[in-house]
Amino acid sequence: MINVEAVYWLVGILFVAWASLIAADTNHPRRWGSSAFWGLLGLCFFYSTWVQAGTAPAWILGVAVLVLVVLASTGLLGHGKHRTSTGPEREAYAKRFGNKLFIPALTLPLVTVILVLAAPVLVIGGTPLLDPKNTTLVALAIGAVVAVVVALVILKPKNPATPIFESRRILESIGWAALLPQMLTTLGILFTKAGVGTAVGNLASGLLPKGSLIAGVLVYCIGMFLFTVLMGNGFAAFPIMTAAIGWPVLVEGFHGDPAIVFAIGMLAGFCGTLCTPMAANFNLVPSALLEMKNKYGVITAQVGTAIPLLAVNIALMYFLAFH
Amino acid sequence: MTNPTDAPAPIYADPSRVPWEGIIMLVLIGVLLVIVGFAIRLNPLIVVTVAGIVTALLGGMNPAQILDSFGTGFASSRSVTIFVAVLPVVGIIEFFGLQEQAKVLIGRLAKLTAGRVLIGYLAVRQITAAVGLTSIGGHAQTVRPLVFPMAEGAALRRYGHVPEKISEKIKGHSAGADNVGVFFGEDVFVAVGSILLITTFVDTTYHLHLEPLQLALWAIPTAIAAFLIHGFRLLRLDKQLDKEYREFELTAQKETAGEAK
Repeated sequence: MINVEAVYWLVGILFVAWASLIAADTNHPRRWGSSAFWGLLGLCFFYSTWVQAGTAPAWILGVAVLVLVVLASTGLLGHGKHRTSTGPEREAYAKRFGNKLFIPALTLPLVTVILVLAAPVLVIGGTPLLDPKNTTLVALAIGAVVAVVVALVILKPKNPATPIFESRRILESIGWAALLPQMLTTLGILFTKAGVGTAVGNLASGLLPKGSLIAGVLVYCIGMFLFTVLMGNGFAAFPIMTAAIGWPVLVEGFHGDPAIVFAIGMLAGFCGTLCTPMAANFNLVPSALLEMKNKYGVITAQVGTAIPLLAVNIALMYFLAFH
Repeated sequence: MTNPTDAPAPIYADPSRVPWEGIIMLVLIGVLLVIVGFAIRLNPLIVVTVAGIVTALLGGMNPAQILDSFGTGFASSRSVTIFVAVLPVVGIIEFFGLQEQAKVLIGRLAKLTAGRVLIGYLAVRQITAAVGLTSIGGHAQTVRPLVFPMAEGAALRRYGHVPEKISEKIKGHSAGADNVGVFFGEDVFVAVGSILLITTFVDTTYHLHLEPLQLALWAIPTAIAAFLIHGFRLLRLDKQLDKEYREFELTAQKETAGEAK
């Protein structure tokens, strides 16, 4: 059986490989800080296997995570210059390969979906081939590997390690933000343990008429929207509103289908992202890039879509999630 | 080291330990820290870490339990970072000109009106994001060099000139089409942060078992609604531009008429 831990080890190996490439790059402006960050992150992926199994102390990993945060936020992480194809080279390649370039990209979701759908049949000697608890993740990792192989076959790069070199370029342009979703999840877990969700839930229960499903859906979706506007980030809002309303009221109280409630709840948060200057990357950076007079011009253009879409999300959740 | 799952119930849960409401408010300080920290543009990693530590301390956890929580939190949330497994394939096709080819495809929209150029881009952006190709576009990669010039060029062809007020409007909508397309396209792809964050958080906290694919499926109705609503608004944008140009011409005529007197 392909266990989800194998997938995490694949990710860990990728991080370590990227870290070694950076360590070997003598022209890198933050050679040691950057390779330490990505290397340690990779090691954390390996060590986590034993933490998850309960056979290694978690606090060591906690210390390592704090070290990662310090490395990332004290400017020790930098951005190397990479040898990659030049603009004219890329245009020539694009002419030569044309729409074939999309084949590897489409292979990934295709293989993933096929494997997920076929998973119940993929059983060898009584054991399922893919970890039944994490089918999608395992399928996705296999899809990613198959897609690389397809890309190598179609594009025939001179150096078969091109995918690794090139993904290092993308990773370094993502930088510390690659760690942020995981830290936000951890924050959500800490918030829940400390009772933030319950606190928000208590505040919200004042607004919430007991036994009213539509009121619960409204408070969850609008709460996601407002917290996202305030924090600039639906990821940070999700654990709070879910612990406050989504889980206790909508799923436990009204027996809503959790997949529908949470998927649509997050999308209600995304409507908030369209309306907030706190989401600077999406709303303020482009107005600067486009040299706009009004730096809130992008938000102005988006509000008219965000508000009706929030209403649609509320309706979808109300009509789809509760049977 | 104690396992954090054995940690004592948060003190607010014990009503005998007053002031009950005061502690709830204290715990909300963590939320406030996140809001303020993001607002003053501190590094989000630091904001999130400090807010987590402060909230945990206020909630009655000791430093050892907090370190344990960061460790178990990291270990159980690794699935969120699986998106990096997608980078090698994206890297190699970018090396061979993926973005250039995307530009060729988007360039075929050039003969349309401003609003329709943007609808075309919205569709391309949303569909590619839904199969995981979020890096194909973006404000720096496509909006500034390609989408906005094409939409503005369309207005120029149609009306002969593009006053600043209208240029601003087209700029706003060019960036907007990109944002709406990515936000409501990427959630249909399973390996995206928001989907994995939901499954990780919910599975860890409530011991549920949600498959990312289920969540991605339920993102499709909203994705369609987003395309219809935003597409409709972009069609209306063309009508608005027609109207504004008529007004421009009227005021321009009045002004020249005034000068003649």
